[in-house]
Amino acid sequence: MATDPWLPVAHRVRRRRVETKDSATLVLAPVADRLPVFRPGQFAMLYAHGIGEVPISISDIPAGGVLVHTIRAVGAVSRALHSAEPGAVLGVRGPFGTAWDVDRAEGGDLLLVAGGIGLAPLRPALRHALEHRSSYRRVTLVVGARTPSDLLYDDELRHWDSLADVDVVVTVDHAADGWTGRVGVVTEPLASIPLDATRTTAMLCGPEPMMRYCARTLLGRGVPDEGVQVSLERNMQCGTGVCGHCQLGPLLLCRDGPVVDLPVATPLMLVKEL
Amino acid sequence: MTSAPMTELDGLPLLAGLSHDQRAALAGIARHEDYEPGARLFEEGRLADRCWVVTAGCAVVDTDIPGRGRTVVQSVGPGELLGWSWLVPPYRWHFGASIAAPTSAVVVDALDLRRLADADPVLGYRMSRILVEALLNRLQATRIRLLDLYRHPDGD
Repeated sequence: MATDPWLPVAHRVRRRRVETKDSATLVLAPVADRLPVFRPGQFAMLYAHGIGEVPISISDIPAGGVLVHTIRAVGAVSRALHSAEPGAVLGVRGPFGTAWDVDRAEGGDLLLVAGGIGLAPLRPALRHALEHRSSYRRVTLVVGARTPSDLLYDDELRHWDSLADVDVVVTVDHAADGWTGRVGVVTEPLASIPLDATRTTAMLCGPEPMMRYCARTLLGRGVPDEGVQVSLERNMQCGTGVCGHCQLGPLLLCRDGPVVDLPVATPLMLVKEL
Repeated sequence: MTSAPMTELDGLPLLAGLSHDQRAALAGIARHEDYEPGARLFEEGRLADRCWVVTAGCAVVDTDIPGRGRTVVQSVGPGELLGWSWLVPPYRWHFGASIAAPTSAVVVDALDLRRLADADPVLGYRMSRILVEALLNRLQATRIRLLDLYRHPDGD
């Protein structure tokens, strides 16, 4: 087991699945040493040799030290990672950061709200809930995307939607030909889905404004703010709370986040350029 | 088509701000309707004489764009209100609407609703509050959509 958080551990790309025009999911297997087991919501620093390192949330946690990450190509490093083919070797450090508190939701309703690539960090939480289905009452997944072709995990979305004990709501900002699902932003279904507000734990992941608006909608429906968790992003670099690049007010998000309770996150999200 | 049962109105969070008696008055002018996918509810430019509260399924608001055909701009799902143009003159639909999935709705004729509100100003005021809140939610959702939050960012 690799224990030095500063030392990238070699992982080989076992599979690559194209999700959307700019996103792909990599299945990484350890070449030798394994990293400690990740929890839903945590992230790894993925290193593309000779290019650089970026934080990427874990998007599935299979057994055997295998890691699954969904990567959106937005810059030099993430483009290199996104285009890594099976057989390529990447460096991985982690796990880092806080996790979705799935235990706190036990005995109550679990509501997961994802916007865009935000479904990736929430997928392990949903899978955990499905594996421990009897520990939760209603489980609801609300997913928003720009267009139908921007939806991640389309086959899994259909599978989850087919399950009798999960409510899945998918909505897109812009419809395309043949799209028969919802059109609108994620806040709209949140305003009307069945909700036992005081017994709901909500986990929000997506662009920060989306999470703010979703949180307001949920608070307006009576969900207590301590029942809402959000995943915040800043410029994570060291992953160990040392370098300070990811500071957000009193938090170092690589250590104190990315998952933060709403009462902590709200005042920070309202400060411009923080 | 049947009259809307009180239980159907009681189950609508949208109407939670009304008293039991006020919901009963509304039930007196409301009816339950079921629709099959593809059913056309209204057309752009035609008289806006009804509104719907979707109780199950999904309706879509659309418009025709030359070269693109009929384009969906908004879905309306369970618990949401469809149809606003009956509120103000000239009472003409600005968009069209159709049914995307098997759908049930509570339907109210606009003229009946305006008469009910005129006859009972307290109910009229509460209905206005409900409509303004729903409109505000729709406006804010539209503004959020304008932000295009999921667009491709510029760099690492």
